Amino acid sequence: MRWAAAMRGRSSAARRKVKAARLYSYPHIANLKAIKRVRKCTVLARSGHRGVSGGLGSVIRIVLQRLGFGLLTLLIVSMVIFGAVNLLPGDFAQAVLGQSATPEAVAAIRTQLGLDQPLPIRYVAWLRDAARGDLGVSFAQANFASFTGRVDPSATVLAQIAPRFANTMFLAGVTAVIAVPLAVGLGILAALWRDTAFDKGANIATLSSISSPEFFLAYILILLLAVVNPVLPSLSNIFPGMSFGERLERTLLPALTLTLVVTAHMMRMTRAAILNLMAQPYIEMARLKGMRPFRVIWRHALPNALAPIVNVVALNLAYLVTGVVVVEVVFVYPGIGQLFVDSVKLRDIPVVQACCLIFAAAYILLNLTADILSIVSNPRLRHPK
Amino acid sequence: MTPLLEIRDLWIEGRSDEEWHPIVEGVDLTLGRGEVLGLIGESGAGKSTLGLAAMGYARDGVRISGGSVRFDGMDLLRASTEQKRSLLGRRIAYVAQSAAASFNPAHKLIDQHVEAPVRHGIRDRGESVADAVELYEKLRLPDPDRIGFRYPHQVSGGQLQRMMTAMAMSCRPDLIIFDEPTTALDVTTQIEVLAAIRDIVDQFGTSAIYITHDLAVVAQMADRIKVLLSGREVETAPTREMLTHPREEYTKSLWAVRGFHRPEKPAPAPGDTPILSVEGVTAAYGRQTVLEEISFDIHPGRTVAVVGESGSGKSTTARVITGLLPPRSGTVRFEGEALPAGYRQRGKDQLRQIQMIYQMADTALNPRQSVAQIIGRPVRFYRGLRGRALRARVDELMEQIELDPATFRDRLPGELSGGQKQRVGIARALAAEPRLIICDEVTSALDQIVAEGILRLLARLQDELGLSYMFITHDLATVKAIADEVVVMQSGRVIEQGAKTAMFTPPHHPYTDLLLSSVPEMDPDWLDRLLAERGVEGLGEAATDRM
Repeated sequence: MRWAAAMRGRSSAARRKVKAARLYSYPHIANLKAIKRVRKCTVLARSGHRGVSGGLGSVIRIVLQRLGFGLLTLLIVSMVIFGAVNLLPGDFAQAVLGQSATPEAVAAIRTQLGLDQPLPIRYVAWLRDAARGDLGVSFAQANFASFTGRVDPSATVLAQIAPRFANTMFLAGVTAVIAVPLAVGLGILAALWRDTAFDKGANIATLSSISSPEFFLAYILILLLAVVNPVLPSLSNIFPGMSFGERLERTLLPALTLTLVVTAHMMRMTRAAILNLMAQPYIEMARLKGMRPFRVIWRHALPNALAPIVNVVALNLAYLVTGVVVVEVVFVYPGIGQLFVDSVKLRDIPVVQACCLIFAAAYILLNLTADILSIVSNPRLRHPK
Repeated sequence: MTPLLEIRDLWIEGRSDEEWHPIVEGVDLTLGRGEVLGLIGESGAGKSTLGLAAMGYARDGVRISGGSVRFDGMDLLRASTEQKRSLLGRRIAYVAQSAAASFNPAHKLIDQHVEAPVRHGIRDRGESVADAVELYEKLRLPDPDRIGFRYPHQVSGGQLQRMMTAMAMSCRPDLIIFDEPTTALDVTTQIEVLAAIRDIVDQFGTSAIYITHDLAVVAQMADRIKVLLSGREVETAPTREMLTHPREEYTKSLWAVRGFHRPEKPAPAPGDTPILSVEGVTAAYGRQTVLEEISFDIHPGRTVAVVGESGSGKSTTARVITGLLPPRSGTVRFEGEALPAGYRQRGKDQLRQIQMIYQMADTALNPRQSVAQIIGRPVRFYRGLRGRALRARVDELMEQIELDPATFRDRLPGELSGGQKQRVGIARALAAEPRLIICDEVTSALDQIVAEGILRLLARLQDELGLSYMFITHDLATVKAIADEVVVMQSGRVIEQGAKTAMFTPPHHPYTDLLLSSVPEMDPDWLDRLLAERGVEGLGEAATDRM
C-alpha cells in the first residue's frame, strides 16, 4: 500500500501509468504487446465490458473472434520468423562444409536444400508443409553426401523437437504447479496483512529472487540442496523410459529455480489487483456486514481481481515455455531451449523456424486463454440482462 | 431505559497532505429505540463520517480521535475488533448511497443477502433464503421468489436500493444507518424506495439514522432532525418543529434555498429564427435506438430545460447536438443552417458556437492542469490569444465566474470545492464565446446552497452575454428556478413541450404529472398523502414499468 498511498491524489490515468511502470518493470517481461493486453484486460474487466450485449452466444462469438485473431497473429509472426531467420548472416552450407567449402560444393548443397529459390516461394512451401504438420527436415541431421530425397525419420524436425518439447512442457508444468498457487497465495496473504512484516518480507524476498540472474539462483540452489544437503540431484539429464517419480525428482531443482524467477511478478500483481479493489463500496459493505478480513478478500475482492491475475499468470507461463535456456544449460536439462540455441549456431534453419513458431504459438495460446478466462470471469457477460 | 445509541463529544480526523484535519468536532448524538434521526448538511459536513462512526467504523485515512460511541451500553471505540465484528451486520447494519456499487458484481444478490445471517450464525442458508423472499415481498419487489437469484447488473437501481435495505434487515438489526440511499435515484423511483424503507423500519421497530442533503426527503423519513455544518452540530429538533421554526440562521438559509425563481422571459416573436433546431432526430447506439424523432427549438437568449428520468435520452440528445453521436436520421440546425452530423466535419467556428458544461466537474477537469491552463486552452484555440492578452482574458473570465484570479489562477482542480470546480467548467465553456451552452445536470452533484449559487451565476451570465442554454436535468426544482421552456422526455421521445408556466399548470401529460408529483415537498405529510392518492397498487405498477 506504500505506493498506493503515495499516489493518492493523482489522476487515475497517471496512477495507472505509475502502477504499470512498477508492475511491469521486470527483466523477463519484454513483451510490450502482452503488457498492453494485461492493461487492456484490466480496464475491460473494470468497465464491465460495456457495450457488449452479453449472453452465452456473445461469449462464444468473442471467443471465436479471439481465436481468429490468434491465428492471424500466428500467420504474421510466421512471416516475421521466416524473414528474420533468413536474414541471419552465413548459411547452412557454409557452416556445415567449413574449411572445405568450395563454391561448387556450397552451390550443390544449396540447390539440394532449395535454398536457391526466392524467399516468398520458400515461405509458401514451408507454410504449406507446416500446416500439414510437416516442419521439414533438419539440415544438421540429414546426410548430404548421400542426399537422395529419402528422409531418415529421425532426421525430421518433428522428431528432433518432439521429445525436447515434451521435456520443456514437463518442466513448465512442474514449475507452474508449484509457482502459481504459491504466488497467488502469497499475494493474497500480503494483501490481507498489508504493511506488516510478512508483506514486506514477501516483497523483499521475491524481489531479490527476481533481481538475481537465473544461473546464480540455480547455483545457490545446487549448493544448498545438492551439495550441502544432498537431497536432490544437481544434474537433470532425463531420458525416455524413466519412471515418473525419477523424472520428477530430477526436474525439481530447475523447477524450483524457475519458481523463484516467476513468483515475484505474479505475487505482486495478485496483491496489487486485490488492494486496488479495497476502496470499492462493496468491500466496505462486506466489512460493515461484519465479515472477517480473510473472507472479505477471498470472497469479495479476489473474484473481481481475477482478470489481471490470470493475465500475469499467462505471461509467466509463456515465459516458462519459451525462455528457460539458461536454466536448461545449468542443469543439463534436455529442453527445447538448448536445441534452439544449438540450431542457431549451426544455421539449422528448419529447426530454428519450427522452435520460433512453437514459442510464438505458446505465447499466443496462453494469452488467448487468459483473455478468454477474464472475459468468462465477468458475470455481466455470462449473465446478460 | 438507556438510549440505543449515545455519542458523546465525538472528534474525528481525516488525513490529507500528511496532516490530520478535523472532520467532526465534538458532536453529541442520542438515538432512542425505534427512533429515526435525520442527519442533514452539505457535503463535507461530516454526515457520512459520523454515520460510520456510529458503527465504530472509520474509513482508510480517517481516525476517531476522541469521545465515546455507546451502542446498547457497549463503548464501540474501546471494544475489540472481534466484539465490533459480531455487532456489525447483526445488530447494526448499513445501507449505502450507491446500491449498484455496494453490491459485489461477482455474486448473486441472494448470496450477498444471506451472508450476514449465515456467517453470524443466526439462520442457516435455507431459512435465510426463505426470509429474504419474505423481505423482498414486504419491500414490494417484483418477482420476490426469483429476483434474488439475479446478479446486481441485472436489476434496476431502485430495486437494488430496496434489496440493499432488505439485506440490512436480514439479521433484524436494532439500528440501520441509511447513507443517502435515494440520492442517486430519479424522483419517481425515489418515492418507491422511500415508502419501502419507511414501512419496513416501522414494521420492525428499527432505529435508524437517515443521512441526506435533501430536506424534503428527510422531512418524510425522520422523527427528529439534526443539522450539521463543517463537522459541528447546528441544531437538533423534532421534524415538524424544525420545519416550521428553524432557530439558527444556517438552518433558515437551507430552507430558503428553494426560493430562487427566475421569471419566465416573454415568448419569442413568431418567425424568429431559433438559434438551435433539432428536427426529427433519431439516434441509436448499435442496434439499440435511444432517440426517436426528437424535435425542439431553442431561441436566442432563452433557457430550454430538457427533463426526464435517467435513460430517457437527455444526454444522448446533447451528444447528437454536439456532433459526438451522428444521428441515424434528422438534422440539427444552428441559426437555420444544418450542422454536419459529426463534430469532425464541423468547422472551428461551428464548434465554438456550442459549448458544454458537465455534471461531474471532478472528472471533466484535467487534474494536472491549473485553473488558468484549463480556461486558457480554449481561449488560445478559438481566439488565438497569446502571452499578456491571454492572461488578461483568462483573468476576465475568472472574474465573470466570481473567482478571484490572484487566488485561484494557479490552483489545481483538487484544491477547489465542488462549486468552484463547476465554476471553472463554466468559465471554460465561456472562453470559446459560444452562443449556446449545453448544461448537462450541472447542479446534480452539488448541494442545494452551492447549486443555487451556480444557477444564479448562469442566469446573470445569460442576461449579460445573451447566451442560450439547453439545460438537461432530472430535478424539477431546478427547472422551476431557471427555465423558460420545458421539453419532457421519456424513453427516447419528446412527450410534452411548451412554456414553463404552461407546463407547471394542469392539466399535464400523465407522465409529466407523475414527474411533478414525485418531487418531494417540505411537508412531513407529503409522502403519506401522495401514497394515499396513488394507492400502493399504482406504486407497484410504476415499479414494474421501469424494469
